[in-house]
Amino acid sequence: MAQAVVKTGKQKSKIVKLFFDLTFWRGVVAIIVFLVLWEIGAQAKNWFGFMVPFVGKVAPPTDVMVRWVEVAGWPGYWESWYLSTGRVFLGFIAAQVVGIPFGLAMAVNKYFRGMFFPPFEILRPIPPLAWVPASIIFWPTTELSIMFVTFLGAFYTIVINVLGGARSIDIQYLRAAQSMGASQWDLFYKIILPGTLPSIFVGAAVGMGITWEVVLAGEMISGGGQQGGGGLGFFIWSSYMGGVMDQVIVGMISIGLAGYISSSLIRYVGHACMPWRRMF
Amino acid sequence: MNTASAPSVPNPLAGAMTTGAISIRNVTKVYDPGGVNVLAVEDCSLEIAPGEVCMIVGPSGCGKTTLLNAIAGFHSITSGQIDLDGEMLCGPSKPLADQGADRVVVFQNGALFPWKTLVDNVAYGPVVQGTMTKTEARDKAVEMLVEAGLSNVAGKYPGEVSSGMARRAEIVRALINNPKVLLLDEPYRAMDGLTKSIMHESLLEVYDRTKVTIFFITHDLEEAIFLGDRVIVMTTRPARTKKIVDVKIERPRDYRLLSSEEFRVLVEETKEAVHEEAVKAFEAGERELA
Repeated sequence: MAQAVVKTGKQKSKIVKLFFDLTFWRGVVAIIVFLVLWEIGAQAKNWFGFMVPFVGKVAPPTDVMVRWVEVAGWPGYWESWYLSTGRVFLGFIAAQVVGIPFGLAMAVNKYFRGMFFPPFEILRPIPPLAWVPASIIFWPTTELSIMFVTFLGAFYTIVINVLGGARSIDIQYLRAAQSMGASQWDLFYKIILPGTLPSIFVGAAVGMGITWEVVLAGEMISGGGQQGGGGLGFFIWSSYMGGVMDQVIVGMISIGLAGYISSSLIRYVGHACMPWRRMF
Repeated sequence: MNTASAPSVPNPLAGAMTTGAISIRNVTKVYDPGGVNVLAVEDCSLEIAPGEVCMIVGPSGCGKTTLLNAIAGFHSITSGQIDLDGEMLCGPSKPLADQGADRVVVFQNGALFPWKTLVDNVAYGPVVQGTMTKTEARDKAVEMLVEAGLSNVAGKYPGEVSSGMARRAEIVRALINNPKVLLLDEPYRAMDGLTKSIMHESLLEVYDRTKVTIFFITHDLEEAIFLGDRVIVMTTRPARTKKIVDVKIERPRDYRLLSSEEFRVLVEETKEAVHEEAVKAFEAGERELA
């Protein structure tokens, strides 16, 4: 009997722990306080009868919530989520697939680095959005050009992190491995790769943030309404054009949530791949 | 006292040891950082007998590590020759020695791979050399870690254990390769005195069991006398052997030795020689290499 009690106690422990976790409640309180201040600020013009910059210009959270409930019933809203997420992940994954080997190759081979680092450094400062006109010309569809711009957003960050991470691996690890008889392949696969993983995940976390910024701007600029399809960026833009401010805010918060979910996912994967690190 | 070539300590297994003799003959190493030649080691000769614990002391940056790097095959030598058991490691025709698991290095700051558990760290050598399957290597690793008193941390990552335990595991990781020579580069630097003395006793225990040749670089003279069969005092850069101190103290040794008169006299003797060189090195004000 006593054992059974202990067991249920263990099963519940995660939720119970969360309930008693002060950090969790601090987060909840912070969000509530923020919403209350926003509500007061949004209503202030009517309440106090004088103008303060910003105050009263933005729709109050209550209106936004009402709008959100309404919007959540539209298939178009969820399609926007789906489209933006798809673009972000395809661009992001392409950037990882190209960027990680490229960065590693530059890290381990000085000839490769000598050839590719200078052009890379010249291209790197060009903001991804400056590529929008060019990529519309390059690529046959709007969809592909948005994805290309998204790809660029993550690519440079990923490469720089991988390169820096791989080159800063302590030489003692390499020497220790060599002195134990490791081959070149062992060095790469068992030392350089795991040694670079933390930097790969830092690059991924930063790159993911940039892809969300870039994809939305890309969607706004390319006016994804036609063949490219909506996306959250276009959702915000069209709401703004239609003068529906609370809907703009629904779009903005949706992006915030999408970004939060994406970075949580990266943290989760990073945690699973690097059990020796508790970095996040 | 300066002429000994073999450990003169009564050592029941010493006669049985036939591998692990290092012969360093007239080795010179010139570094060339930025076009300025730096003579790190000059005409250095040293014979190390099989199964000897040879302690190398000398001022910072004097070229001790250069010598170790040459034996390990991390750096080439400019002239001279180094043999292991009569076979040339590096010499006139081949300035850089091949790196091999017969000469495993344990580093100053510790180089356990942080992404592997202690067991996998220890199993690494046999796996990459292909001498054991992964399962065999892990079984052997667990066995050796248990032997070294690390059974309850074997499954942990290096970041989760104390520096003392990590260093002990690192020695186990070296020993699993059955090296002829263990190359230790100030492995216990930056450890507190108590941990250090525990480390020393555990190293001596390992040594008494394996009788592997040990080439041990240190700044700590008490450590040198406590562990060594001979203490080689190097001159300031360029490194040469200045003085060889024979430590004729019976093994097995334990911490009580530290307070004996015999021990104190040897430390004094060594200190005098090292201090002289340290002053020269300090006055020269040269930047540390290595």
